[in-house]
Amino acid sequence: MGRLFDFMLPENKSPLTADSTDWLFHFINEASLVIFLGVIFAMIYFAIRYRRKSEDDKTPLITHNNTLEITWSVIPLLLTFVVFGLGYSGWLNLKTVPNDAYEIQVTGFKWSWNINYENGAQTINEIHVPKGIPIKLVMTSSDVLHSFFVPEYRVKHDVLPNRYTYVWFQPEETGESQIFCTEYCGNSHSNMLAKVIVHEPEDFQTWLDENAGGPTGSPIEQGEQLVTLQGCQACHSVDGTEIIGPSFKGIWNRERKLADGNTIIVDENYIRESILYPGEKIAEGYQNVMSPYEGRINDEEITKIIEYLKTID
Amino acid sequence: MASLSKAVNTVQMTPKKLKVKRFVPLENPTNTYLTDEKGIWAWLTTVDHKKIGLMYLGAVAFFFALAGFLAIALRTELWTPAKTFIEADTYNQLFTLHGAMMVFFVLVPSIPAALGNFILPMQLGAKDVAFPRLNLASFYIYAFGAIFTFLSLANNGFDTGWTFYTPYSSDTNSAGIIWVTLGVFILGFSSILTGTNFITTIHKLRAPGISWDRLPLNVWALYATSIIQVLATPVLAITILLLAMENILDIGIFDPALGGDPVLYQHFFWFYSHPAVYIMIVPGFGIISEVITTFSKKTIFGYWAIALSSLAIAFIGFLVWGHHMFTSGQSAVATTIFSFLTFLVGIPTGIKIFNWVATLYRGSILMKTPMIYVFIFIFLFSIGGFTGIMLGALSVDIHLHDTYYVVAHFHYVMMGGTLIALLAGLHYWWPKMTGKMYNEPLAKFAAVLIFVGFNVTFLPQFIMGAQGMPRRYYNYIDQFTPFHQTSTIGSYILAVGFLVILFYLAHSLIKGQKAGPNPWNSRGLEWQSTSPPDFHNFSHTPVVIHGPYDYHQPMEEFQLGLAVDHEYGDEQDEVAAEAHASLDTETTEA
Repeated sequence: MGRLFDFMLPENKSPLTADSTDWLFHFINEASLVIFLGVIFAMIYFAIRYRRKSEDDKTPLITHNNTLEITWSVIPLLLTFVVFGLGYSGWLNLKTVPNDAYEIQVTGFKWSWNINYENGAQTINEIHVPKGIPIKLVMTSSDVLHSFFVPEYRVKHDVLPNRYTYVWFQPEETGESQIFCTEYCGNSHSNMLAKVIVHEPEDFQTWLDENAGGPTGSPIEQGEQLVTLQGCQACHSVDGTEIIGPSFKGIWNRERKLADGNTIIVDENYIRESILYPGEKIAEGYQNVMSPYEGRINDEEITKIIEYLKTID
Repeated sequence: MASLSKAVNTVQMTPKKLKVKRFVPLENPTNTYLTDEKGIWAWLTTVDHKKIGLMYLGAVAFFFALAGFLAIALRTELWTPAKTFIEADTYNQLFTLHGAMMVFFVLVPSIPAALGNFILPMQLGAKDVAFPRLNLASFYIYAFGAIFTFLSLANNGFDTGWTFYTPYSSDTNSAGIIWVTLGVFILGFSSILTGTNFITTIHKLRAPGISWDRLPLNVWALYATSIIQVLATPVLAITILLLAMENILDIGIFDPALGGDPVLYQHFFWFYSHPAVYIMIVPGFGIISEVITTFSKKTIFGYWAIALSSLAIAFIGFLVWGHHMFTSGQSAVATTIFSFLTFLVGIPTGIKIFNWVATLYRGSILMKTPMIYVFIFIFLFSIGGFTGIMLGALSVDIHLHDTYYVVAHFHYVMMGGTLIALLAGLHYWWPKMTGKMYNEPLAKFAAVLIFVGFNVTFLPQFIMGAQGMPRRYYNYIDQFTPFHQTSTIGSYILAVGFLVILFYLAHSLIKGQKAGPNPWNSRGLEWQSTSPPDFHNFSHTPVVIHGPYDYHQPMEEFQLGLAVDHEYGDEQDEVAAEAHASLDTETTEA
């Protein structure tokens, strides 16, 4: 259509959630621009037309004008009622998930998004969805507040540790859309990025079937997949690079200096404790920022991760 | 004291009782509040509202420079999408510190405690505020609170954002958060005491003849602000106490791990912090009304509309805090009501803008520096207001919440509004406060730099915010680079503008030309004293028989004082009270 403020908005890839928001965005911008230009024009015109010509200028006594006061109170009031009503109805639409929506579970944590599908498939920082049907994300956080935001769908909701929240959208074209975390969550808040990847429905089904049941293969291979899926690599590299936490490379059986001055050998129990209660023993030179995995991971999975860590030299 | 002024005329007031005469302020006062008591100790222990105001002004300027310097560092870091020169942790601490200092140490005290302290008693014709010692105490409480914030820096700092959202702020093991919240807790008392002091002063210390309908609009604005300060600030203290209890004693209030609710914290926090937005901006409205009438030489258009809209904003402002939480998970009913009320609070603000512009109509407009800042204010603050309407609209806010659009919006309101109003007020009252003029062409040049720099900094932030750029991001995706770089360049222009101001104001203090008592030919009562004023503000008890913006009345009638030679005795108070009563009668009859 081409509207004056089109340049401000990102592409609209989910018309069912974005259209009403976009319309209101344009309406407020355009109405505001008209009033704004009126005010600024009047101000500048008066400043020129009535500039001071001499220090003895006499000005008329104009104290008030009830008609004017009422006019410029009531018209904006009515306009804001319209804006309120449209905003409210658009928001109701965002709150009302279509009955046939396809559900995906999303868990936010410092600093990744973990995605779980109906058949046990898991991904990290990638939400695979089919095109053309409504998608409902049921979201929770396992540590602090996060917020799930897809600009191209105009949807956003905070992700909280003590309850479930949701968003829905219906992508109408295949491809990728950016996901941001928009609630400040610490050091790597700005790296807590993810993508929605939209497939043709049949391609999505193929993808889903291929990944059914989560990690597969030998314990070591499963451990490797778990390290990825649990988002460990946001802070721990496997190639020796120092990020936020110690690298996994060559970690097994090494002597490690702790922040409290003690020294410890990295063994099964140390790794287990560091996953479940990371605040207990902090490696020297690192901050206590990792969230505890207690309740998010079971012993079987920990064992597989340990098996994998033994292999990274 | 009477020697400061020469009585040139004696006006007999009808009806009866009141004997007034005209006091013309001296051009070159020999005895002023600046010469009255000298030395650092006299300043530190002074109970003079003018000196306390200046001490606040100095402190506010210091924190503004510091927090502004941090802003420049932040903008420089954002020149590239990845690391430019500081680490993520440092960046996070710097934006937190920038926000916390600007809000709690600059914006909240800036206009009321600095300019308000100086001007309010003078506009009322009072010798001081109602509780001068309390006034000094609130300055020291402010300083004490500031010290705690600096102690937090020595304790690992804090990186929670100025909002201290839980559970991030209660999970963090850095001790800095305890220190800074304690600092803010202490600071709150300074704010409450100033508010109490002003309310009492406005009720009890008005000069004879200053009825409520002759109150300068700056006083109305400070009155509305003080009400918010007194009612809202205790909630901040409660919130911080609860936060501290959770942090130190592990009592679960906000942290889900302890059985608390993080959204409850947000309610508590914004219950103060939204009204606090009005603590910051409403006093700015007062300044705009004063400056625009003086430089239009004209009565304010819609006195009551402007005065009452300040009060309306103060009250409705208490009922809109939930609009910071549309995406938080608060109840749907609450969200709907908060959105609706948010629009209502926009209306009185719009009314003010329209009335100010109407005041210009058929005025005698002189574009001196303070007036230029008023124009800049109306321009920038209107944009802040319209984008506020945008953010109040539920569906649109879902998209814009916590993006740079919000960052740009509140900078247009807080910096384009409050800070520009502060600059207008500073340039307007500078001759009164110091007795000196500043370099007018240089001041205009700085105003232009600030206007240009401000828009170059913050307009791109609206665009990238609407495009999806989240706030509080250390790294960003490549597509936002041009917007960030433009914004950074703008911030440098802004910085240069402020340096120019610093330069010519310092120059004015040392070599500025004498201002004379009333360089703008204002009818305001504060201008009917010498510049700088003497210790007791006036050499006489002023008597007011006109409204503060009655430019159709001759200047002589704004220079009246009680003719009776007085020595601050009981007898004098009685005379003043009678005068008050009879003047009221006179105006209603006239």
